[in-house]
Amino acid sequence: MPVVRPFPVARWGRQTGKRGVALMAEISAGHGPMNVDRVQAGYMEMVQRKRLYGGLTLLIFVVLMVSGFLVAEDRNAGGFRNGIDNIGDYPAAVFSEAWEKLYDLPGLMVKYIPALIETINIAAVSTLTGVLAGFLLAMLGTRGLAKWPRLIPLFRRITDVMRAVPEIVIALMLIFVLGGGPVPAVIAIAIHTGGAIGKLFSEVAENADLKPVEGLQSVGASWTQRILLGVVPQVAPNFLSYALLRFEINIRASAILGFVGAGGIGYELKNSMSWGPGRFDEAAAIFALLFATIILFDQVSSRYRNQLTEGQGQ
Amino acid sequence: MSMMELNARHIEAQELISRKRLTAYAVPAVILVYFTYIFFAFDIAGLASRAQPANAMTLASDMFSYKVHVTRSHRTGEIDYAVEGERKGRYPEGTRPDWVSGTGAFTVVELNRDHEVRLLPENAMEFDVPGHGMITARFDGSKVITNLGDMPPDWVNASRTRVAITTPGGRVTMTRSKTEIFRYFTGWELFFFTLDSPYHGQSLATILLGDRIDPARGNLEGAWQDFWSNPMWRHGDVVWAIGETILMAFLGTFGAAMVALPLAFLAAKRFAPVMAVRFAMRRVFDFVRGVDALIWTIVLSRAFGPGPMTGALAILVTDTGTFGKIFSEALENVDEKQIEGVSSTGAKPLQRYRFGVIPQVVPVLLSQVLYFLESNTRSATIIGAITGGGIGLLITQAIQTQKDWEEVAYYIVLIILMVIFMDWLSGVLRRRLIRGEGQ
Repeated sequence: MPVVRPFPVARWGRQTGKRGVALMAEISAGHGPMNVDRVQAGYMEMVQRKRLYGGLTLLIFVVLMVSGFLVAEDRNAGGFRNGIDNIGDYPAAVFSEAWEKLYDLPGLMVKYIPALIETINIAAVSTLTGVLAGFLLAMLGTRGLAKWPRLIPLFRRITDVMRAVPEIVIALMLIFVLGGGPVPAVIAIAIHTGGAIGKLFSEVAENADLKPVEGLQSVGASWTQRILLGVVPQVAPNFLSYALLRFEINIRASAILGFVGAGGIGYELKNSMSWGPGRFDEAAAIFALLFATIILFDQVSSRYRNQLTEGQGQ
Repeated sequence: MSMMELNARHIEAQELISRKRLTAYAVPAVILVYFTYIFFAFDIAGLASRAQPANAMTLASDMFSYKVHVTRSHRTGEIDYAVEGERKGRYPEGTRPDWVSGTGAFTVVELNRDHEVRLLPENAMEFDVPGHGMITARFDGSKVITNLGDMPPDWVNASRTRVAITTPGGRVTMTRSKTEIFRYFTGWELFFFTLDSPYHGQSLATILLGDRIDPARGNLEGAWQDFWSNPMWRHGDVVWAIGETILMAFLGTFGAAMVALPLAFLAAKRFAPVMAVRFAMRRVFDFVRGVDALIWTIVLSRAFGPGPMTGALAILVTDTGTFGKIFSEALENVDEKQIEGVSSTGAKPLQRYRFGVIPQVVPVLLSQVLYFLESNTRSATIIGAITGGGIGLLITQAIQTQKDWEEVAYYIVLIILMVIFMDWLSGVLRRRLIRGEGQ
């Protein structure tokens, strides 16, 4: 699932580089036309080298894209051209059928509301537990804050591995053990969330001011108190904003996991699709519900996140 | 400060503190109430009855162990040896494991922990279980007869036509058609070579330095061929599948970036003065993002069929929306001064974009795109499981067979390595392209 991360601020000032400084020195030192020529030649050489590198990078990129496209085309069941022509068929079939049975649509949507609530619940529970776990991992894996500084690499590797395993793998294995239903999905998404949040939180916490923590330590505060009173107030807006973003992502993830058998709206979608033509109205109702839910949570969370980050500057 | 003012401040502060205290207690309380609701909504209490601990045991033990089947057919009396009972793991004709001894009608199979099974003539067998004694069983042509009587121990499952004995040393089953003995081993079986390959059981040194094992091929070449096309683990196919997954992520992410960049100009206030265009473009981005990757994947797989192209396009379409939004926000934040500077030299609009805008936004956009490349590798695994392509397909297939857990474990390790590799690669590229530019 796409993760929107904060923009890393490129440090432009540093990029002048040594060569630029040398050029400046030459310009200020030289007076005659000889020097101007030399500077110009040097500049042209630099430009040319830069163009060469840029061109080469571009060439490699284009070659990779084209050959990648050809390989994908070759290994795909249906070709690209053929697919482009048919791309509208399925949506058109669904839409036309939904249009014919327009009056049934609200009823169908109501019918699937419980499944939708289950999907949202899966996302909410896994976000809550995952964020909590990620918070702990972040605190234990950040330099300056960790309870056991020697174990920082261990907690970081745990975070990396939790982040790297796709939810679907854990979900499918847990479905085998626990049977279908929302619990495998919750555990799977929570594990991934813990990893992703652990990394993000740790990046934020690294930039936190350590003075309050040291102050608390000097008056004998325990590790938990230092974290809760010294770090959390500094980073809370950022953490909350990331947690909300994660909730948004997790709604999508829980819909996808439903599709492979973990309950919720995704499961209903898969069932309704397997019925084929004639029952497309059900699929259309689910599509509409899912679309509306995602847009709704997207808007609400982005508004609230904006508030959080705006309040920070004041 | 007068007394009254001070009092007012005091009250204000107290109110603030009590409000904060209230939230400090209310938030955990709300979460607790929510979890209680979830406890009943998800039927956590009923989970224990639905869960199958036996499956968990199978899963955990199968991930790092394998079994060798010794099967005697009751019709022909022939004995067959095969790893996991699969055709591709069969011992070639005339060979057998070294823990089997004796001849055809009187064969002794040693199991773990001093357990021993003797296959006797007339479809009979003896199972020597230390601590219990000798179990005998025989198939007389219509039913299975044992010496266990009416009350067999609970690790024996016996009926008229079938008996299954599960011990710590191994497992024996006898049915109407065959007697089957399973001996368990730790590790991944036949990971490098299957039993029919001449290189099976040879040490690395022999393969690298020793005499030619297979007269038709050089050692290194032959070993590589047999490893690559190992029918049990299918290393070649797995590498292709990982390649496909990375390809999906690569084509999807960069394709989306290339589509989104020009569109983002249309959605940014500074570059699209017509409000209607801007508004329309933003709604397009919102729509594309709102129709989730799941729905795009379903729609696209109907048109394109299973394979990496479908996955790449699903990522491309979804991320076009996300990139469009991010890019247009970045474009709104560009510094006006550079554009002014470029236009003061008489640059045309296109040149203003090229030299005034692009150099400012490229590092920010590129680093975003590279971040997405890594997270899309994981998405491509999931999308592959839905549309049918790449490592995602392989792992879902392996999980759905519910017995090849060692392959599942192998794929999980590979996926984790793949994601960590892409994470590292995207980090290296980010540093090189953004920080190191011009040096």
